[in-house]
Amino acid sequence: MTRKIGYVQAFNEAVRQEMAANEDVFCAGEDIGAFGGVFQSYAGLQKEFGERRVVDTPISEQAIIGLGVGAAVAGLRPIVDIMFMDFIAVAFDQIINQAAKVKYMFGGSATVPMTITTGGGGGLSAAAQHSQSLEALICHIPGLKVVYPSNPYDMKGLMTSCIRENNPTIMIKHKRLLGMQGEVPEEPYAIPLGKANVLREGTDVTIVSWAKMANDCVDVADKLASEGISVEVIDPRTMQPLDTETIIESVKKTNRVIVVHEAVRFAGLGAEVAAQIQEEAFDYLDAPVGRVAAPFSPVPFSPVLEAHYQPSPEKITDAVRSVLARPGA
Amino acid sequence: MDFSTDVLMDMHRRMVRIRLFEEAAGQLAEAAKLPGFLHLYVGQEAVASGVCAALTDEDQITSTHRGHGHLVAKGGEFKPMMAELMAKSTGYNKGKGGSMHISNLDVGMLGANGIVGAGAPIAVGAGFANKYRDNGVVSASFFGDGSTNIGAFHEAANMACALKLPVLFICENNEYGEFTPRDKTMAITDIVDRAAGYGMPGVIVDGMDVVAIHEAALEAKKRALAGDGPSLIEAKTYRFYNHHGVQNLGLKYRTDDEVEVWKQRDPIFTFEDRMIEAGTASRDDFDNVWAELRADIAEAIQFAEDSPVPEVDQILVDVYSATPGAAS
Repeated sequence: MTRKIGYVQAFNEAVRQEMAANEDVFCAGEDIGAFGGVFQSYAGLQKEFGERRVVDTPISEQAIIGLGVGAAVAGLRPIVDIMFMDFIAVAFDQIINQAAKVKYMFGGSATVPMTITTGGGGGLSAAAQHSQSLEALICHIPGLKVVYPSNPYDMKGLMTSCIRENNPTIMIKHKRLLGMQGEVPEEPYAIPLGKANVLREGTDVTIVSWAKMANDCVDVADKLASEGISVEVIDPRTMQPLDTETIIESVKKTNRVIVVHEAVRFAGLGAEVAAQIQEEAFDYLDAPVGRVAAPFSPVPFSPVLEAHYQPSPEKITDAVRSVLARPGA
Repeated sequence: MDFSTDVLMDMHRRMVRIRLFEEAAGQLAEAAKLPGFLHLYVGQEAVASGVCAALTDEDQITSTHRGHGHLVAKGGEFKPMMAELMAKSTGYNKGKGGSMHISNLDVGMLGANGIVGAGAPIAVGAGFANKYRDNGVVSASFFGDGSTNIGAFHEAANMACALKLPVLFICENNEYGEFTPRDKTMAITDIVDRAAGYGMPGVIVDGMDVVAIHEAALEAKKRALAGDGPSLIEAKTYRFYNHHGVQNLGLKYRTDDEVEVWKQRDPIFTFEDRMIEAGTASRDDFDNVWAELRADIAEAIQFAEDSPVPEVDQILVDVYSATPGAAS
């Protein structure tokens, strides 16, 4: 049975159902116990499962990730929370050099079934250290899987997959989507990692975007439809592994594509998507791959500056028009 | 504490196994038969041996860049270890880890580690799992004096104490963080002073005395299993060779005299002398151990040399684990 719940409730429900199903699943992080986490992602879980399985930790990001790595190698299925995505920088050794590499370095003998959950994205005037979208940094590391859902339905299904996954997986919750409502089945279900979702079908231009921006792109597409411009919006949902196939298929149909993301443009995932498109579908392109992304600066505090910093519907619309302005083959 | 001859000879055997493995590794490195970096444990054998003799196969350890000794002491076999150092496909890590990442989960060895201090949080995670399962298993983290200056150690020690986890923190204070003496990098002489800051007991032991280390490890394990949380053991020890490689004399950062003074306190030879003096074992008994293990080492080197290198198609293997039953 399906009903409307929020993005953060969908996350919470996935965790609750997997904890109920599997005694090996536990959660650890700052303020997640009695308080339920700063985004209330873990609300009610300690009450339901006890302090043994929902653990308040010190403010120690390295040890939080290390707790997950060690417990995972020892056979548990940890969910460890890093409050804001910006704070992964504090724990980078444990994420990049330990969690991601243990299996490979050990010749395959270790398994690291852990999920790192964190809050990403801007739009809250949270300034430079609480607003970043750092998915490109972690997607660059072999051994990690990276998930950044755009809606409640995907959140529940993807979080369920993350918990069941036998690899270190980073689940990024977009802070501006926490209250987003959507139809979500009550029963547990899993959405495969590495499979894109076509949010909106179209024939003239493809937009590749994820998390909050994917929804903004759908809004733009809806508006452009009234002008007779048919935009296809693809949400990869999982950034690593990236479903290149679905993107390429779409580009072969539309011949024009832009990538939209909140992270800075330079060496952002848009660059990777563009590179793969030119490798796989060069002959199909009628225009250079467009990119709409943040300028190369830290996220500013000022609401005025931040609004200008983020990709806006206007910039996305302009980018669509720009790739359409090129004459077709 | 009195220990049986079996226990004493077992610890001796662990130390000799480490010594012979490390000496052989050093010679192979000099002969350019080992790719990569090599950090030898010679001089510190009593620490790993005394601690690991207090642990079961199920108990886990985390290690350091100077990690062969820990794996040998925990029960690692010469053949797959030597093969790993030679980057062969028959190595414990299939030639993908090498000296700095050598591991064997079957004996609870959760990896040497190329990052100073990184093992401690992982040992805390293993300790968490043990407490979670109430399985009577402990984890021990080996680290050097230099490790206690890095944030990861602090976070791990504090968290382990806050959560009262069954973890043993084993500091091998060999007085040098790579090439810099301890007194240049910290204002305290004894690492054990740090224990109080986390709320755990700390004890200094002679790191050249395997019996003293074993006693301390048993005590720490008892405390951990009683649910009283972690302990810190500081073993004052010394590495006879350089930070990496086999050179030990004529280096600028420590005097030859200092090295010689410590070598007089060799953990294996002093132990043998004491045992012979006490009538626990004879020279012949010890010589037999050395001879037997020398033969094992020779066999392991041969095995490693005869083993194949990894196939290039293994590059992309084991980057990720399969997840049976995952949605597709």
